[in-house]
Amino acid sequence: MKTVYVDNNATTRVDPKVLREMEPYFCDLYGNPSSMHHFGGQVAGAVKRARQQVAEIIGADPSEIVFTSCGTESDNAAIWGTLHSYPQKHHIVTTRVEHPAVLTLCNHLMKQGHSVTELPVNHEGLLDLDQLRDAITPYTAVVSIMWANNETGVIFPVEEIAEIVKEKGSVFHCDAVQAVGKIPIDMKKNKIDMLSLSGHKLHAPKGVGALYIRKGTRFTPFFIGGHQEHNRRGGTESVPSIIGLGKACELALAYMDEEKTRVKALRDRLEAGLLANIPNALLNGHQTHRLPNTSSLSFEYIEGEGILLLMSREGIAASSGSACTSGSLEPSHVLRAMGVPFTGAHGSIRFSLSRFNTDDEVDYILEKIPPIISRLRELSPFWKRRNRSAAFQ
Amino acid sequence: MAYSEQVMDHFMNPRNVGEISEASGIGEAGSPKCGDVMRFSLQMKEGVVRDARFKTFGCGAALATSRMATGIVKGATVEGAVKVANQAVAEVLGGQPAVKMHCSVLAEEALEAALTDYFKKQGEPEDKVIQLKKAAGIQVRRHNHGDEGHSC
Repeated sequence: MKTVYVDNNATTRVDPKVLREMEPYFCDLYGNPSSMHHFGGQVAGAVKRARQQVAEIIGADPSEIVFTSCGTESDNAAIWGTLHSYPQKHHIVTTRVEHPAVLTLCNHLMKQGHSVTELPVNHEGLLDLDQLRDAITPYTAVVSIMWANNETGVIFPVEEIAEIVKEKGSVFHCDAVQAVGKIPIDMKKNKIDMLSLSGHKLHAPKGVGALYIRKGTRFTPFFIGGHQEHNRRGGTESVPSIIGLGKACELALAYMDEEKTRVKALRDRLEAGLLANIPNALLNGHQTHRLPNTSSLSFEYIEGEGILLLMSREGIAASSGSACTSGSLEPSHVLRAMGVPFTGAHGSIRFSLSRFNTDDEVDYILEKIPPIISRLRELSPFWKRRNRSAAFQ
Repeated sequence: MAYSEQVMDHFMNPRNVGEISEASGIGEAGSPKCGDVMRFSLQMKEGVVRDARFKTFGCGAALATSRMATGIVKGATVEGAVKVANQAVAEVLGGQPAVKMHCSVLAEEALEAALTDYFKKQGEPEDKVIQLKKAAGIQVRRHNHGDEGHSC
C-alpha cells in the first residue's frame, strides 16, 4: 500500500542527500573530534562545518551554536540553565500552548518552588502582548515562548516579544523547533537570547538538535561532563547526526522559497478542498499568521482516532488532537486553550506537509477523506440531532 | 496504533448501528468532554432483547465496544442482558492500553441506562437493574463521567 505522509510536524523523512553526507562518519571517519591525532582532528573539521551550516540558517555566529540530542534537551537546557544562572529570580513566563518539552518542565519546576505564569491565547491562538508585558516582573528569570505552534502552525511575533522581554530585563528563550527550516529566521535582526531547534523536523535524523545561545548570555550547562561545545554541553558529539543536521540546514535554506510557495500552495489546496467538501469542518488557528505547511482542521461530531484509523487504512498518515491519541482522556491542550469546543477538539486532524509531498498526494487525500468523515458521522449520536443537542457546547 | 485484529474488525464492520424507532428503552453514557458518548436503543419483546442498536461518538475502541455490547445482548433475556458486565467486553478488548478499558465501562453504563429506561416504562422501580445485578452477584460500578470538574 502506498503511504501518503502528511505528519511532518511529528517527524520528517531524512533527505537522502543528508544520509549520504552522514555515511562516512560511521565506519570510516569515526574518530573523536576531541582527540589530538589527525584521525580525530579531521572529524572536528567536519563538525565545525556543520556548525557553520546550522548557524547560517538562523543568521547566527557559529560560536553561538551548541549541539544537543534533541529539541527537548535544548528547551530543558535553556530554561533550567537560565534559572541556575539567576538564582535570585524564581519566576518563569510561558504560554498555555507550548510543547510539553516546555510545559511539563515548567510544571516540574513549579513543584520545586518556582512560580510560573502561563499566558492565555485567543480563539485564533494569538497572544495579547500587553498581558505578556504585565506578566514579567523583576523576579522573572526567563520567558519561554515558541516561534510556531506544532499543532496549529500559528506563528507568534517572537521578535516583538523579544523587545518587550529585553526591555523588562529578563532572558528570552524561544522554542523554534517547528519554525526553523520552514520560515526565514535571522538572529542578527532580533533580540532573542536562546533558541531551540531540532534535526528530525527538517529532514535530518532523530536524536540531534541545537541550542542557540546569544553571545554574552549567561548560561549554566545542563549536561555536565567534558569540555565539549566550549564547556556548554558535556558528552562526546554525536558526529554523524551533527553532520546530518548541518547538511539538512543547508538544504532547508536552499528550499526556503519552495516551502513558502509550492508547499504552501499544496497545503492551501488541501485545506480549501476539505473545507469545501465536508460540512461542519473548521480551521483551527489564525488563517495567515501560520506556518506554510500546517493545517489543523476540526471535523465536528466525530472523534479523531477513528478518523486516523480509517485514514491509516488508506495509507494516509496524519495526527490528531483527540484524547485517545495522546494516551490520556483530555483533548489537545492547545485547542482547549483556544476555546475550541470539546467535540471539535476531539475531532481535530493535523495535516503537516513537506517538500516531499506532491499534487497527486493532495488529490488522493481529497478523494479519501470526505467518505471517511461521512461514514463516522453515520455512527455518531450527535450528527443528525445536532441542531437540538445542547450537550455540544 | 496497536489495536488487535478483533477490535479492528469490530471497528471496520460496525453492525447494529442506528436508533430503533419506538424503542422499548434508550440509554446514553459518557460526555463530549471525555471524547466518548454511547447511545444504545433496545427493542424488547416478551422479556427478550429482540434488537439492540448504537450510535457512538468516540475512538476506535469505543466504536468496537459498542458493536460488541449490542451484539452480545441481542437475543438475551432481560436478566441475561443485565449480566453482560463490562468484563465480557473487557475480555474481548484484552491487551488494549489501560486507558481504553474505560470504553468497556462506558458500554456497560449505556446498556444499564437503556435497561433502566425500559424498566421505567414498564412501571418497574428505577433501581431494578442494580437489584438484578446484586442478585446475580455482579459488582455495581460507578465511574465519574461527565461534567466539568469530573475526571473522564
